[in-house]
Amino acid sequence: MSAGEKILQALIVIALFFAVVAVILVLTSRLRSRVGEYIQSTAFLLPTLILIGVGLLYPAISTIRLSFRNNFDKLWVGFDNYQTIFTDSDQLRVLFNTALWVIITPIVATLIGLIYAVLVDRARFEKFAKALIFLPMAISLVGASLIWKFVYDDNVGLVNAATEAIGLGRHHLLINGPWNNLLLIVIMIWVQAGFAMTVLAAAIKAIPTDIVEAARLDGVGGLKMFRFITVPSIRPTLIVVLTTITITTLKAFDVVRTVTGGNFDTSVLAYEFYVQSFRSNNAGLGAALAVLIFVLVLPVVIYNVRQMRKVAAR
Amino acid sequence: MTTLDTDISDARTISKIEKASESSRKNLTSKGASVAAVVIAVLWTVPTAGLLISSFRPEADIKTTGWWRIFVDPSFTLDNYRAVLSGSSQYNLSEYLINSAIITIPAVIIPISVATMAAYAFAWMQFPLKNFLFILVFALQIVPIQVTMIPLLSLYVDLGLAGGDAPGGGFYTIWLSHAMFALPLAIYLLHNFMSEIPGELIESARVDGAGHVQIFTRLILPLMTPAIAAFAILQFLWVWNDLLVALVFGGGSPDVSPLTVQLAALSGTRGQDWHLLAAGAFVSLIVPLIVFLALQRFFVRGLLAGSVKG
Repeated sequence: MSAGEKILQALIVIALFFAVVAVILVLTSRLRSRVGEYIQSTAFLLPTLILIGVGLLYPAISTIRLSFRNNFDKLWVGFDNYQTIFTDSDQLRVLFNTALWVIITPIVATLIGLIYAVLVDRARFEKFAKALIFLPMAISLVGASLIWKFVYDDNVGLVNAATEAIGLGRHHLLINGPWNNLLLIVIMIWVQAGFAMTVLAAAIKAIPTDIVEAARLDGVGGLKMFRFITVPSIRPTLIVVLTTITITTLKAFDVVRTVTGGNFDTSVLAYEFYVQSFRSNNAGLGAALAVLIFVLVLPVVIYNVRQMRKVAAR
Repeated sequence: MTTLDTDISDARTISKIEKASESSRKNLTSKGASVAAVVIAVLWTVPTAGLLISSFRPEADIKTTGWWRIFVDPSFTLDNYRAVLSGSSQYNLSEYLINSAIITIPAVIIPISVATMAAYAFAWMQFPLKNFLFILVFALQIVPIQVTMIPLLSLYVDLGLAGGDAPGGGFYTIWLSHAMFALPLAIYLLHNFMSEIPGELIESARVDGAGHVQIFTRLILPLMTPAIAAFAILQFLWVWNDLLVALVFGGGSPDVSPLTVQLAALSGTRGQDWHLLAAGAFVSLIVPLIVFLALQRFFVRGLLAGSVKG
């Protein structure tokens, strides 16, 4: 297709959806009664319910069923696919890597975000300093991965130049496990710290000044202030940030795919899901991996939503 | 210029006031703390700067020396950008750039048009099962998109929407998927905003004989513009930066793949061509960076709300 044809297709699909909205609005505009309101609300919700039903509800249920079937003749195999995840050595490696990602990324990213937020709070170049850390959030994980793959490059990368300069020699950084996993996690931390910093900085600004002043009059300062006033005051926000980054990390596959392609023992759940489902044609196992992601995300999300309500209630 | 000047003088007075109370107020911002802040800022900036500088260096230089050599031995060129954008190279990023735009614009507009209506119904209409449906929509926010992908792809194939011969050249699978995955969050955000509009406003319009459609189009939509803008930016960045949806539903076909897919592919197959990868990376970064810098306010506001999406 030429560029012109593509633009035409894009205009057609936009027109299509606007037409649906317009038809619904025109057809229901004369309705006034109570029954009329039922018809109206149904019409207003119809496109949403169709899209959500077809795009989320049906596929989610279908995936759960698929995860209990075998791949070749679609026979029910009970928990076999799940058993594979927890017994196969490659899959166990994936689980171990995922655990590394999910434990390290939120903690380190939040810690760095918190420290930086405290350090630049009311500093002279606060806005600029914040933008520097936050910028990685705006770019794609593919872009971030390329930026860091270049840092880790064997020949012209910054890390190898540094290790050579201090006498530690050159290394094939991305090939040697398990450290290569940590190098990939650094990329995610680099992206997520900006998120943590922005949200926490807002929470720090919202700490009532009288609390801070009272503590200061009592002679609390420096690290003690941080430990006993700042951190307890923003505790709900800290938990929201931690859980949010946990969820994002569990679902992200872009970094692994772009930097190592899952080679050298670096695969994680979300990447393994992609490989098994769409590369190895192993839909049963892929579905089980997807369901596992869902099961792992679920309690974190519930906790996250509860804490977010607490933050909003303040 | 005058507004800028007042901004600056405002900033000066503020900084003076802050300086006066700084010594008493600030605890952690000692010398050591400043150093720590600078170190973090540098660590966060240098990787990007390195690749950006490299994208302007000649091929031979990039492949043999580190980018920091530019300070000793400066030489710049635009050849890398020319090479990745030109249609004759195998990179041909200008075509993928167009694909990114073709994917993103409808994928932002469709969920907004559908979600504003649904959000209005949830906020201001009375109908059976209202609470149940709203909770359902809210709960579906947390379904990871991975869980939906295998059945959705086979559904698209069955419906004849996938592949180059399909209507829309195969773009429908990507547009619809992005729209579906965005809807729960869009409805939730817009509903929250909409229910903050005072009820008396709606009531008085109803007393004057306006129906829901008139209230929706004449009263609510204009008031909703900031919320719609905030969501539009989130969704724009999300779709533009997406890799998974485009990869799975576009099947890697050059006709429908966005920049992210092509860059990720090149990173695998041509991982040593740093002169081209660097330029390619910045072609893909420039659009979200402009959007982000211009509209940062909206983005930060929507950030937390959108954090559990798909």
